[in-house]
Amino acid sequence: MFSLRRTSAIVLRQFYLMQGSPARVVPLFAWVALDMVTWGFITKYLNAVSGSGFNFVPSLLGAVLLWDFFVRVMQGVTTTFFEDVWSRNFLNIFATPLSISEYVSGMVLSSIATSSIGLVVMLVLATAAFGLSFFFYGVLLVPYLLVLFLFGISLGIIGCGIVLRLGPASEWFIWPIPALISPFAGVFYPLSTLPGWMRFLSRLLPPSYVFESMRSIVQKRPGSPFALLWGAALDVVFLLLASWFFRSIYRHAVRTGLIARYSAESLS
Amino acid sequence: MAPKVLAVRDLRKQYGATVAVDGVSFDVNRNEIVGLLGPNGAGKTTTINMILGVLEPTSGTILVDNLDLATKRSQVLERTNFAAVYAPLPGNLTVVQNLRFFGLIYSVNDLSARVETLLEQFDLLAFRHVKCGVLSSGEQTRVSLAKAMLNRPALLLLDEPTASLDPAIAREIRMKIREYAALAGVGVLWTSHNMYEVEDVCDRVLFLSHGRILLEGDPRTLPAAHGKESLEELFIAVANHPEPV
Repeated sequence: MFSLRRTSAIVLRQFYLMQGSPARVVPLFAWVALDMVTWGFITKYLNAVSGSGFNFVPSLLGAVLLWDFFVRVMQGVTTTFFEDVWSRNFLNIFATPLSISEYVSGMVLSSIATSSIGLVVMLVLATAAFGLSFFFYGVLLVPYLLVLFLFGISLGIIGCGIVLRLGPASEWFIWPIPALISPFAGVFYPLSTLPGWMRFLSRLLPPSYVFESMRSIVQKRPGSPFALLWGAALDVVFLLLASWFFRSIYRHAVRTGLIARYSAESLS
Repeated sequence: MAPKVLAVRDLRKQYGATVAVDGVSFDVNRNEIVGLLGPNGAGKTTTINMILGVLEPTSGTILVDNLDLATKRSQVLERTNFAAVYAPLPGNLTVVQNLRFFGLIYSVNDLSARVETLLEQFDLLAFRHVKCGVLSSGEQTRVSLAKAMLNRPALLLLDEPTASLDPAIAREIRMKIREYAALAGVGVLWTSHNMYEVEDVCDRVLFLSHGRILLEGDPRTLPAAHGKESLEELFIAVANHPEPV
């Protein structure tokens, strides 16, 4: 039976780790704040030189904010998992009553907590310093965040599965995943800019529907209400695939003894 | 209350052509400490990993308190705990944080009181806010043992629990584990290469070699029954000639 108490242990552990650890706390807000400042000034500059009357703040700065939110959600999941990798804790944690669904739920809850901090910092900075108003997007901001959140969770879980399967060094495959997806997601440009084969892949990525919708609003064009729904449906597919993927990797690790060996590496 | 805490039947683990554990069957009763002995690579840790649910057997069954590990994993592991020299607790958490973290996972009731009791029992009060990574290996072993007893397990698995301790502390720890097994009605499965320790602690031993149990009996009478002077001599004989002695 699913135990919220066991799930809360994972969140509590992350809290303990952050206490008195600037190396863990600062990245929660520092890099997103830096992104907001950098892109805030870029958009101000573009507004000044373009002279077209087009407001770059909601399209560019808003896009950076939403993309950073997605990245933080994904990293919130993977970092929670990496804490067990870094401390070689697999044998201790997987030899307990904690089930895989409780463990993954703990990672998701930790990610909600850490990504919320980043989101609040970004919202405050973007609004106070650069005049980004989220009323501009209206109620659609909620599905935007939801679609990106679910995709971040899915990619985070897939990333954890890859590291569980390939070993601790493969975490370097995981960090650049958002950068690899970014060109296809159309964060800064319409998908029509992309060649056909890239557009095909873009249509499979939930974030591309968010950014297309956001640009429609900025350009005061009516966006398709079904597009976001389609993005959310893709999210569900990704989430199911990610859960299946992680569970399969875990089962493989239990069958082959990989979990025990992960810990035994500490002897070398 | 069932006398058997652990019942292992026809347990087998095969990696390709290599058989690590070959049809092992044994029981551990309440108030009993069973030594699992054997040379390196005999299959001791593989057996323990299978009982801990981190390694899937190729075939066979593992029952803890009559619950099948294959189908009731969480319930079985709620009744089990372990300490192993190769599985220290996360070094980036303090002693208390580690005990609280694992205490929540094991759903320990009245966790704060239980943690305080164990800190006192394992002489860890002075280290409560010290990160486990900076403790000496002996202190880390004591923290691992405290973690292993958090949930008052019915089955305690100890893989070379005193390997990194000096003789005085090792004796003290052995005494604590013996007391715990006697008072709490616990079954203990203990691996060690220290034959003196095994004779001192274990009620029964199982000699494992090439994944099979070759001998079983009282560690104090088993050597003489097989024409050997000591348990260590018997161990060496089994390790060198892995056929029934």
